[in-house]
Amino acid sequence: MLAKRIIPCLDVRGGRVVKGQKFQNIVDVDDPVNLAKMYSELGADELVFYDITASNEDRDIFIEVVEKTAEQVHIPFTVGGGIRTIEDFRKVLNAGADKVSVNSAAVKNPQIIYEAAQKFGSQCVVLSIDAKRNEQGNWSVFLNGGRVDSGKDALEWALEGVRLGAGEIVLNAMDTDGMKTGFSLDITKRISEGVNVPVIASGGAGEMQHFLDVLKEGSADAALAASVFHYGEINIMALKEYLYENGIEVRRIRNDSSNR
Amino acid sequence: MISIIDYGAGNLKSVYHALTKLGFQTQIASTVDQINNSDALILPGVGAFKDAMNHLNESGLVDSIKKNVQFGKPILGICLGMQLFYEKSYENGEWDGLGFLEGEVIRFNDNLKVPHMGWNNLIPGPNYNPDKGIGKQIGNAEYTYFVHSYYVASKNKEEIVFFSDYGIKLPAVVQKNNIYGMQFHPEKSSETGMTLLKNFGELIS
Repeated sequence: MLAKRIIPCLDVRGGRVVKGQKFQNIVDVDDPVNLAKMYSELGADELVFYDITASNEDRDIFIEVVEKTAEQVHIPFTVGGGIRTIEDFRKVLNAGADKVSVNSAAVKNPQIIYEAAQKFGSQCVVLSIDAKRNEQGNWSVFLNGGRVDSGKDALEWALEGVRLGAGEIVLNAMDTDGMKTGFSLDITKRISEGVNVPVIASGGAGEMQHFLDVLKEGSADAALAASVFHYGEINIMALKEYLYENGIEVRRIRNDSSNR
Repeated sequence: MISIIDYGAGNLKSVYHALTKLGFQTQIASTVDQINNSDALILPGVGAFKDAMNHLNESGLVDSIKKNVQFGKPILGICLGMQLFYEKSYENGEWDGLGFLEGEVIRFNDNLKVPHMGWNNLIPGPNYNPDKGIGKQIGNAEYTYFVHSYYVASKNKEEIVFFSDYGIKLPAVVQKNNIYGMQFHPEKSSETGMTLLKNFGELIS
């Protein structure tokens, strides 16, 4: 049976992993390649690297991080942040990324999803959606780190993204991001059951129970988190044991080290 | 020397890094000489069947791959690379493959989430032996990383080393003589994937 995935997200700036709350109060955490290796050994199923820089200089450092990770870590990883063109896709894929996620750029120019899927295959095109409840109480797609309401309905946008060729959706519920009060179950469930590609829930993880809730009640195929892992509040191996004991199909890492 | 065949179908570095880390001499090969002079071949592949087959034909390497396989050189097809080994694919049309193995490549049923993406476990098939060959030291129900929308409907079940279950039982690892296929990405499948690649590398006599 297909296992539910646990995915640590690493926000990278200037070649370092950093963490903020609601995209603010950013602090330095660790070296990305070291963290990636550690997470892989603990049983992380995938990694997401998010480039939160803007300058070209930092962009080059980021590409080096992607290359080093591909060399040393043997689990899949997605790269996102600042992806605007097909050329951006090509660059990170060539550096060794398995998947590329687009966010704001796709809202502004949905055709990029189609072109990337045609060129590189749907399996590597991830549509990342920043969703937030607007004043009317509807889940709307937000841009620019949650500052601008695009006016698009989150589920509609997810469906359109899949039609255009996205092979996976990351749903980042901004209401709960960094709050550690749990994932947003209703919108996750609605989108996960509405589209026919895997959905990764993001935003709000604080305790193990939250992961269980979003994978079970939220129908998510995977759950993504950052700070609870970076600060050691939740150990990935322990989390997977917990999920397993609660009836969730997860990949637990093999214990034998005879052939390493 | 293991040659990873470069025919313009995506990034080969992950496979290269994994084999190198395991201590196998490995090269990314794009010429007939490189293929003829290596001890084993790896046919990777991502994207669409038709495009990959076209790229492969245009590369001018098909004849030499076929000859080497006929002479008994071990070859491993990964993901789409494995699918190319079969007779035919119905991915957006109807396309001929290399025909090393008998069977057809068909799409998953639409009531499933497609692509089949993520970690799924390996279920021993008729061709599994825990003590030797490609499945050596791979236990029951170990996980590997899959990403695919089409799967192989194999004519010869006895070739199947491992199945995986995604609505239907699909061939995950197959073997016939010197021909090996893995539907998942061993280079992305952590320790289990590394063990499988090690088993393949050790076939070189």
